[in-house]
Amino acid sequence: MNRPRPEPMQVVKQRRDAALRALVDGVPYIQFLGIEFDRRGDELTGLLNFNDTQIGNPFLPAIHGGVTAAFLEVTSIITLSWSYLWPDIESGVINAAQMARGELPNLPKTIGFTVDYLRPGLPRDAYARATVSRAGRRYATVRVEAWQDNRDRLFAQAVGHFRMPQAPRIATRD
Amino acid sequence: MLDKAKVARQFIEAIPHANALALKLTDISNGTAVIEMPYDTRLIGDPRTGVIHGGAVSSVMDTCCGAAVMCHPAAPGGTATIDLRIDYMRAATPGQTIVTTATCYHITRNVAFVRATAVDDDTENPVAMATGSFTLEKQF
Repeated sequence: MNRPRPEPMQVVKQRRDAALRALVDGVPYIQFLGIEFDRRGDELTGLLNFNDTQIGNPFLPAIHGGVTAAFLEVTSIITLSWSYLWPDIESGVINAAQMARGELPNLPKTIGFTVDYLRPGLPRDAYARATVSRAGRRYATVRVEAWQDNRDRLFAQAVGHFRMPQAPRIATRD
Repeated sequence: MLDKAKVARQFIEAIPHANALALKLTDISNGTAVIEMPYDTRLIGDPRTGVIHGGAVSSVMDTCCGAAVMCHPAAPGGTATIDLRIDYMRAATPGQTIVTTATCYHITRNVAFVRATAVDDDTENPVAMATGSFTLEKQF
């Protein structure tokens, strides 16, 4: 057996979590909305931490439709970026230390985004998961679903089309 | 008519998220609304260029479309978004205020249809355009 010994689990986790953190922390608007990401292997779940500034209808009260749309769009872009950066993160071409220094990879740009509002967003945390339907060299299509208490009762869903960043993926390399 | 615009204005100005984005309602009457969003570094989506995140543009668009529905003469009260599609034509120029104009161009007993445009200082070339449908609610 010539197979190389697998890396220690801590090394793998540290590399992936640090890269994800650098990617998410680098975007001010993601911090503004209070969005975090939970990672299981390469699968990401967006978490919208509820706070009162997200309210769009104070009488119901309900989460603002714009916040819901933004949460779905952020989850789509991070999931899409994560899937195309994954090989470079794993091979070490991109590392978290570079990203934390502000050498962020180019992110996909939104071309169009269509949101369906299925239920009012309740004043509590929300979750979202995106699926890359097609990842081309120039364009990508992403579907995304958001829910609150119950995974099967979506309160919003969306589909987005994105322009993929063109090489070089990183502006400056060591 | 004047009262409907006044009620809609009071509603928009009471929205916590509209305040978080420092949105300013500059015009509202007969199914058309104009809302401004000043540039803010907290809303940056691309830290390399300082361009505002598309999500923040979605929020002004959605608020502006809702305001256009509420001030339409045939609207009974509040509204909620059914669907909203946004096309991004170009990046908004960093440092400039984004101005959105929404028009409720058709209304039935149950649904209002709206389109909106967002521009920055270059008013000839829109940053984004939106189309959406909205519910009509008796209450707010």
